[in-house]
Amino acid sequence: MTLQECYAAMEGDYQDALGRLRSDRLVQKFVLKFLADGSYDLLTQSMEEENYAEAFRAAHTIKGVCQNLGLTKLLNSSSELAEALRNGFTPEAIPLTERVKADYRQTMAAIQAFQKEIEG
Amino acid sequence: MREHERRQKILIVDDSEINRSILADMLGDEYEIIEAENGVQAVALLQKQGVEISLVLLDIVMPEMDGFGVLAMMNQTRLIEDVPVIMISAEGGSSHIERAYELGVIDFITRPFDALIVHRRVVNTILLYAKQKKLVDMVADQIYEKEQRSGLMIDILSHIVEFRNGESGLHVVHVRTLTEILLRRLIQRTDRYHITPADITIIGTASALHDIGKISIDEKILNKPGRLTPEEFDIMKTHSLIGAEMLENLPVHQGETLVKFAYEICRWHHERYDGRGYPDGLKGDEIPVSAQIVAMADVYDALTSKRVYKPPFTHETAVQMILDGQCGAFNPLLLECLTDVEGTLQKELRDDALGQGNSREMRSVVQEISRHEELTASERTLQLLDYERMKYNFFASMTEEIQFEYTLQPPMVTLSPLGAEKLGLGELIMEPLEDGEVSQVISQTDLRTISDMVRTSSPDQPVVKYDCKLHLSGGSRWFRIISRAMWSADEPPRYTGAIGKVMDIHESRTKLDELEQMASHDTLTGLLNHAYAKKRILERLEGRPGSHFALAIFDLDRFKDANDTYGHRFGDQVLIYVAERLRQSIRSGDIAARVGGDEFLIFLEYGEDEELHPVIERIFTSLCGSYEQFDISVSLGVVRTITVGTNYDTLFQAADQALYSVKRSGRSQFRFYNESMREMLSVISPIDSETE
Repeated sequence: MTLQECYAAMEGDYQDALGRLRSDRLVQKFVLKFLADGSYDLLTQSMEEENYAEAFRAAHTIKGVCQNLGLTKLLNSSSELAEALRNGFTPEAIPLTERVKADYRQTMAAIQAFQKEIEG
Repeated sequence: MREHERRQKILIVDDSEINRSILADMLGDEYEIIEAENGVQAVALLQKQGVEISLVLLDIVMPEMDGFGVLAMMNQTRLIEDVPVIMISAEGGSSHIERAYELGVIDFITRPFDALIVHRRVVNTILLYAKQKKLVDMVADQIYEKEQRSGLMIDILSHIVEFRNGESGLHVVHVRTLTEILLRRLIQRTDRYHITPADITIIGTASALHDIGKISIDEKILNKPGRLTPEEFDIMKTHSLIGAEMLENLPVHQGETLVKFAYEICRWHHERYDGRGYPDGLKGDEIPVSAQIVAMADVYDALTSKRVYKPPFTHETAVQMILDGQCGAFNPLLLECLTDVEGTLQKELRDDALGQGNSREMRSVVQEISRHEELTASERTLQLLDYERMKYNFFASMTEEIQFEYTLQPPMVTLSPLGAEKLGLGELIMEPLEDGEVSQVISQTDLRTISDMVRTSSPDQPVVKYDCKLHLSGGSRWFRIISRAMWSADEPPRYTGAIGKVMDIHESRTKLDELEQMASHDTLTGLLNHAYAKKRILERLEGRPGSHFALAIFDLDRFKDANDTYGHRFGDQVLIYVAERLRQSIRSGDIAARVGGDEFLIFLEYGEDEELHPVIERIFTSLCGSYEQFDISVSLGVVRTITVGTNYDTLFQAADQALYSVKRSGRSQFRFYNESMREMLSVISPIDSETE
């Protein structure tokens, strides 16, 4: 699996990321870093604890990271979730959180598969 | 190589590690990168490193404190003027962008960003700021040079005048210094004359020219030993008009403030407030204030200098002569100013004569710069600040002491690293007065008290001391907090925060407490001793004059038997036991003490008369009982202040009398003192003696 194929699997925009970061090496480096990013755990935990201010910040952070890495699909759902939480809880936040979870799992699965390939 | 060692530093503030590392990756080759993952960390780094940081890349949405919070702090400390901030955010809304620019960010980059663009903007901003600092330097240098050169020319010119005059050469320096001191004091007292700080420098410079007219006076008159004839004096007097004309006829520079002030000074520095001076006989504030002040300075220096016709007077005599009007009338307000500065005058004059006039030059350069508000601190100032901060940080990191710095805006405490560790607190605490962890360490009352003490201190006496208990992980200990309030240099001074240290005084304090305890308490029972109880009772009687009090004295019936039968050690046990019963039966505000032997006293306050009886009865009952084999009963006499007044000795004697009366009528009772017992006052006998 190439990095481009990985992007296809997570429905991201490889060209966009490459355009910004200027090198394949950097895109790869930061995409792999995404595996260790704690914002997602913070998001799910904050939603469970109904701490919506913290959940907003976490969704916002995921959105920012996705923007820089061109992770379009997760960007869209996390961005919508952030807006749904910007001024506290709204009912849309529940289904949107589920969407973010699904997109996140898809993204992680793709990156993990890619990582296995380059390491193995 | 040196270039490499002193790489410029960029602070990246973002709560996402990925985002930080993307930015760090782009810039890490050329710049030194430091990172903060929220606003509080950023503020701490900015506080510590200040202008060592060349640029801040700042995210908006973060936990703890957001980007706007960081910007607010940078505005309050004016750091925003010297450290450029580029905001990077996914928040593209125009209200956010607008607010960021209002708070002084130099650039706003929306996510997703292009690596090349971020890089370019960072480089440009850093270059721009470096250039600006260089320009400020150049301007400052030029102002400094210009001022030095013109100062030099004026010094030479006025020295020529003095040289002809055979004077010391210090006269001009003195007049200038005096003029500036008096002017500074004057504008603190009134704004009636519309003098700006910049005017002070110019008038000071112009004062050096006050006697240039003397250049045209015949040297024979100028240097005549002994008094001048009236004719000669008339010629001498022309120097003020001649000097003014010389300035009026200057072919160039007409309209310059310096020339305007110099003209006023030359022409009118011999006018007097009552109109009896020369050449124009102006009166009161018809005389320009510049000339009024130089006139006073001129007179003072003439009095304190040696002249061919007189010895120098002392500073005190000279001031007194001026105040007494012996040298002509002066503006009463100026006389007050002279009185105000009298104490420091001599020292300042001496310092100036020693060649420290340079600092005055520097001061005017600083004033010049501060007038141009668009110019920020010059590189020289920044380096000095930088040096001081490095020095401070170094010593703070080494010291075992708990040192702190408190700023009012933003409300924040910075602790020395080891100090923070000792207290179990963070090095940086926002809103310390509201902070939960701080209130675990120091009680709210203590915190408010010390903060009030510092706030209400004065610029003259800014240091306050306060002892209190701090609650650390190892338990509570006594500490002494010494703090110096920081007052701004403005007029009037503003309180801006405080610095200080916290010292462990537990050992000495505990010892003191023990000594106090020993001096005030009875060693056997732990109750107060008589002397100390008396002191407390007197305080109470004086402190609450309208209140009702009662004093009771009791002793143990047949205590001698206990001693004789079971031994003194047993007797002591009984006393300890009774003291404990006493302690438990009195109310918290009451005073109980051991008078001596088996005799005790109780002092209590009560509201209504009917209230007292049950209280005494309850205490009496609870004292009776038994300790091991010994049956305890007591005899108790009470007296009310309402009966005999508030004199302590009278009270004590009356209670003693009541007790005596109980003893005489069979013990084991209590009785209130009344008039009938007055007779017994003459039959005082030692109560201790258990006579049947």
